Amino acid sequence: MSELIRSFEELEAKQAVCTKCLNDKFTGSDGKRHVVLCGGTGCLSSHSAEIRHKFMDVIKAEGLDDKVTVNQVGCFGFCSQGPFVKIFPEDTLYKMVKLEDVEEIVEKDLKNNEIVERLLYVDPRTQEKVTKQDDIEFYKKQIRIALHGCGAIDPENIDEALGAEAFKGLAIALKKDRKEVIQEVLDSGLRGRGGAGFPTGRKWSFVPDTDGPKYLVCNGDEGDPGAFMDRSILEGNPFAVIEGMMIGGYAIGAQNGYFYVRAEYPIAVKRLNLAIKAMEEVGLLGDNILGTDFCFRVHIRLGAGAFVCGEETALLNSIEGKRGMPRPRPPFPAVKGLWGCPTCVNNVETLANVPYIMREGAAKFASIGTEKSKGTKVFALGGKINNVGLVEVPMGTTLKELIYDIGGGIPNGKEFKAIQTGGPSGGCLTAKNLDTPIDYDNLIAAGSMMGSGGAIVMDEDNCMVDVAKFYMEFIFDESCGKCSPCRIGTKRMLEILTRITEGKGQMEDLEALQVLANNVKTNSLCGLGQTAPNPILSTMASFMDEYVAHIRDKKCPAHVCKNLMTYVIDKDKCFGCQMCAKGCPADAIHHIEPEYVAPGKKLPAMCIDANKCVKCGACIATCKFGAISKQ
Amino acid sequence: MAHLQEAAVKQITEICDRYKNEETPLMMILSDIQKEYGYIPLEVQELVSEKTGISVAEIYGVVTFYSFFSLKPKGKNVVGCCLGTACYVKGAQQVIDKFSEILGIKPGETSEDGMFTLDALRCIGACGIAPAVQINGTVYPKMSVDQVKPLIEKYKNGGAA
Repeated sequence: MSELIRSFEELEAKQAVCTKCLNDKFTGSDGKRHVVLCGGTGCLSSHSAEIRHKFMDVIKAEGLDDKVTVNQVGCFGFCSQGPFVKIFPEDTLYKMVKLEDVEEIVEKDLKNNEIVERLLYVDPRTQEKVTKQDDIEFYKKQIRIALHGCGAIDPENIDEALGAEAFKGLAIALKKDRKEVIQEVLDSGLRGRGGAGFPTGRKWSFVPDTDGPKYLVCNGDEGDPGAFMDRSILEGNPFAVIEGMMIGGYAIGAQNGYFYVRAEYPIAVKRLNLAIKAMEEVGLLGDNILGTDFCFRVHIRLGAGAFVCGEETALLNSIEGKRGMPRPRPPFPAVKGLWGCPTCVNNVETLANVPYIMREGAAKFASIGTEKSKGTKVFALGGKINNVGLVEVPMGTTLKELIYDIGGGIPNGKEFKAIQTGGPSGGCLTAKNLDTPIDYDNLIAAGSMMGSGGAIVMDEDNCMVDVAKFYMEFIFDESCGKCSPCRIGTKRMLEILTRITEGKGQMEDLEALQVLANNVKTNSLCGLGQTAPNPILSTMASFMDEYVAHIRDKKCPAHVCKNLMTYVIDKDKCFGCQMCAKGCPADAIHHIEPEYVAPGKKLPAMCIDANKCVKCGACIATCKFGAISKQ
Repeated sequence: MAHLQEAAVKQITEICDRYKNEETPLMMILSDIQKEYGYIPLEVQELVSEKTGISVAEIYGVVTFYSFFSLKPKGKNVVGCCLGTACYVKGAQQVIDKFSEILGIKPGETSEDGMFTLDALRCIGACGIAPAVQINGTVYPKMSVDQVKPLIEKYKNGGAA
């Protein structure tokens, strides 16, 4: 049983002990060395847990267990280079570590203080090896506020959280009046990080000052495909989110907090559960927290695979055990929310910012960012970009900095085409937006939106009509069916897009699509429907030529839409080795008739029968001579 | 009430009792049943209705609304291909097509021998390692079309290594 923390003084004393402990670990003043491994979903799927256990075994076998500790931390963010192993106090970072590398790291680094050069990150521009995390270009422009503690502390250990400033913000808030807490958050300029960007302090101030039950709900139903920042925050530092929730709960006078988390995030749910339990054990959750009259309990509810539940009123219905359909507003949740009581719904990343604001003050938070968007934003960089991962940058960072400086540009020397932000509710930004500073208002002006922070980069090989169709399929599937503009409109838009990508489109379809899109946008009940046409409207605005090529020329310029492209063998490059023919599942590849042997080659060249070809692309993968291409 | 075995009745009753102090326990009960049995057939819904007082119509409405709840049993191995945006732009469609071709089932279906269910997943948040495939909870990173067949073979021959 852990020691109870019953007052501000006891909290401060405990924090002091834990801070020293954690600092000793980072600086090595405890005389030990510490191996930490990333325990995020990405790295765990690359066996980081097995690697951790092997480290423990090898270290034990080598008799180093009193000199070296091993533990896991939250996401490092640089997912494409995982799994990561970091060694303190030297702060050496090894990337893409495999099970078979463990012995070498123990032998060289832990026993002989010799860096294992081949596992260091290599800067692709300078080709130089980088030893420390902070020297990697990917991390240089980042500021970690919402991701505070992620990649540094063990998310399953409350002592490490306490050593990393956890609950300092809560203590400060509890010493203030509720109104002052709301004012502080208002002054900070914090806006909702779930996508819409509504000022958090104002949302809190809408909750009436009445007695009776009230709720603070944390929206962890991160459904946007391509967004994983909330998952990483919950996995990396669940304590910070709970602390933010408690501060919000105190400000609005709630007694209970609910986390609504996607069932797809089992690790996040497990760590949240552990964190809640640890906090209950020391009395940081429950009655009379820190000796005040603030009583607060936290509960977890799981989603069950419905995107629309990310909409706050649908989410409340889901917690109430109903179909997750949105409710008409007003009444707003602040007045009539969960079980008819005043309720405030905040996103995970929003709440993760709150402890910082309390700890460091509104002015410091407001000094970061642009005029109307304060603080930082976490983005999940994905798609066709070298440095895939999670990044936190100040508002106002330009897309160019995000894609080229932090993201390291587009792989394989391909051309940047578009970056999709805001998920299925957002839009595509193109090369002409590269110098746009990222904030809520600029992204909307540019035809997209911040959304939860997914940022998917696309290159010349992505077809924008196909991308629009992809999102429409998603939205059509996830539309709850309550209101007809969304239920019927998304289906019709999907049909038109499917027609176009199959080469059966008419020029009139473009106008129909535009009219329909605007109707769905203005007439749908909730945010899902109102933003559903955005991917279509924004790709039509920037890539009309691609739509026209699909319809008029029956060609897919990016060679993605199967009906509108063919595989072709260059007869003069073909060596006639027949590797492609052997791998063809449709028996579509034969000799050219009459036989043709290219100059300098010995065997007759092959050709593809377009009528038989199923366009699986197997041939292109097998050809060693680059003789096959898409047209 | 049709053919529920005594042990199942006992366990489902136990699951319902687990949440009897909750104001609105339905989602939690259904999640636990789905996890335990892999599906929630009508007989079970009737039993839950009897235990909780919630009408079968309402329970059926909830079961069919959420994609995690299933009315039919799933296969022994559940293959989920992530079709989130990051995976999609990196070729996840080709990966799921390959699974579909080899297993002879469409996404959402279960093979006749009950060995495999193929699901198209919404983003599982593993965008850093796209395209990702999840089989019985284990995530396989950076999948390519060539890796599909060996992976299926592995599970045919008795599961994960």
